[in-house]
Amino acid sequence: MILFDHVSKTYASQNRPALDDVSLEIEKGEFVFLVGPSGSGKSTFLRLVLREERPNSGQVWVLGKELDRLSNWKIPSLRRQIGTVFQDFRLLPNKSVFENVAFALEVIGKPRSHIRKVVPEVLEVVGLEDKMERRPDELSGGEQQRVAIARAFVNRPMLLIADEPTGNLDPNTSVGIMKLLDRINRLGTTVIMSTHDSQIVDQMRRRVIELETGHLVRDQSRGVYGYAR
Amino acid sequence: MRATFVTSEVGAGLRRNLTMTFAVIITVAVSLALFGVSLLVRAQVTTMQDFWYDKVEVSIFLCARGSDAASCASGAVTAAQRDQIRADLESLRPLVEEVYYESKEEAFERFREQFANSPIVENVTAEALPESFRVKLADPTQYDVVASAFAGRPGIEQVNDQRQILDKFFALLNGLQAVALIIAVVMLVVTVLLIVNTMRVAAFSRRRETGIMRLVGASNFYIQLPFLLEAAVAAALGGGLAVVGLVAVKSFVIDRVLAPSFQFTAFVGWDAVVAIAPILLVTGVALSSVAAFFTLRKYLRV
Repeated sequence: MILFDHVSKTYASQNRPALDDVSLEIEKGEFVFLVGPSGSGKSTFLRLVLREERPNSGQVWVLGKELDRLSNWKIPSLRRQIGTVFQDFRLLPNKSVFENVAFALEVIGKPRSHIRKVVPEVLEVVGLEDKMERRPDELSGGEQQRVAIARAFVNRPMLLIADEPTGNLDPNTSVGIMKLLDRINRLGTTVIMSTHDSQIVDQMRRRVIELETGHLVRDQSRGVYGYAR
Repeated sequence: MRATFVTSEVGAGLRRNLTMTFAVIITVAVSLALFGVSLLVRAQVTTMQDFWYDKVEVSIFLCARGSDAASCASGAVTAAQRDQIRADLESLRPLVEEVYYESKEEAFERFREQFANSPIVENVTAEALPESFRVKLADPTQYDVVASAFAGRPGIEQVNDQRQILDKFFALLNGLQAVALIIAVVMLVVTVLLIVNTMRVAAFSRRRETGIMRLVGASNFYIQLPFLLEAAVAAALGGGLAVVGLVAVKSFVIDRVLAPSFQFTAFVGWDAVVAIAPILLVTGVALSSVAAFFTLRKYLRV
């Protein structure tokens, strides 16, 4: 699913590499936590997977493709197989819940009949089937994140990337979001989630990849957040 | 491709940025109108050249008694010289289209007609006027060939080209056209800069939408199309206004003001306006689309 082969990335404006010689593999269907302090390289890792950045050296393989050799016009088709969720939800404030999810399908040219069928289905999966006509500002933070997850999942992607999805949410709401991500993972989608939330990582007992100043310092199946090294 | 989605995006974009859209339309209209006027002046020059060059002729004045040109030192032209000149002119066909000999008497007739109301006629006799060959050229620009062949020959006092007088006038018109063109080009550059800025603002104000579009895998084309169409629509509206302005110039300034006052010459017809209008529209739309395309490539990267 994902393979990092001695990947290093240094941003042009910085001396210290954001990622330094990272090698790892993530299998299809896995649920992976990406942990580490701010500036440890978590975001860079995720941006490399999305091909928003290219590595300076090493190879990144995603969904069977070496991203550095992927031509620009093929990037959209890669991203259609990857769902993305962010800490700040990134919803369109002037569109309803339904329209926000439908937007993701409209802009990749899906027919209206298809949109009318699958959007209610995915809103049911995230538990918002009775709030389809609400606007984002009428929803709680947790509900907004559910809309974002619905949007990321509506295409049934092979891979879901969640960049600190619970960062803006209280612990109870976070549990609900984690249950939802877990459910999506059980439906067959590989999930990579970066987080600072030690409680969640400790409860879920899934694979944990820890980065520190760009180095891979821990890769542990059924790990916890604060593992004493 | 979802047409309704794209058109609604374009409409929303144009409305959201109404002042900028308005500014783009106006600058496009003004610069294209100037461009159109300069093309119209060029068409006018061509029309007048066709009109006048058809009528101009080269006059070869022959020596009369008392001419003080060097080639007339031996006195008035002889019959042999005259026949030789005529034969030489005939040999220049097809460049020479027509040769017409004007005798002293004919010159006198014409003179009397031209100055019928002037007392000067009383003092002029047929003897005082030179006889001449009036030569019409197939290509009036080839005047030099005739001039070099005949000027300074014994029996010929002077070779005159009426075109030279007209050319001064055409030079003036061409100068005007060049000025209009330069201003138009400067305006078009300003227009392009304005479009670049408008696109930058538009891309910035919709970065949330375009960011999401990128993430969910919308193609570059799909992301940029609404912006490109916005620029093209604004430019087309501006181009339309410019065409309206051009029609106004033709029907009011040329047909109502200039043509009645200067009846001796021809003016550009509607065919010139019809030919220029699509040039203006295409130039406007192409220029703004290209400007928008390169701006978006910078601000809406994958």
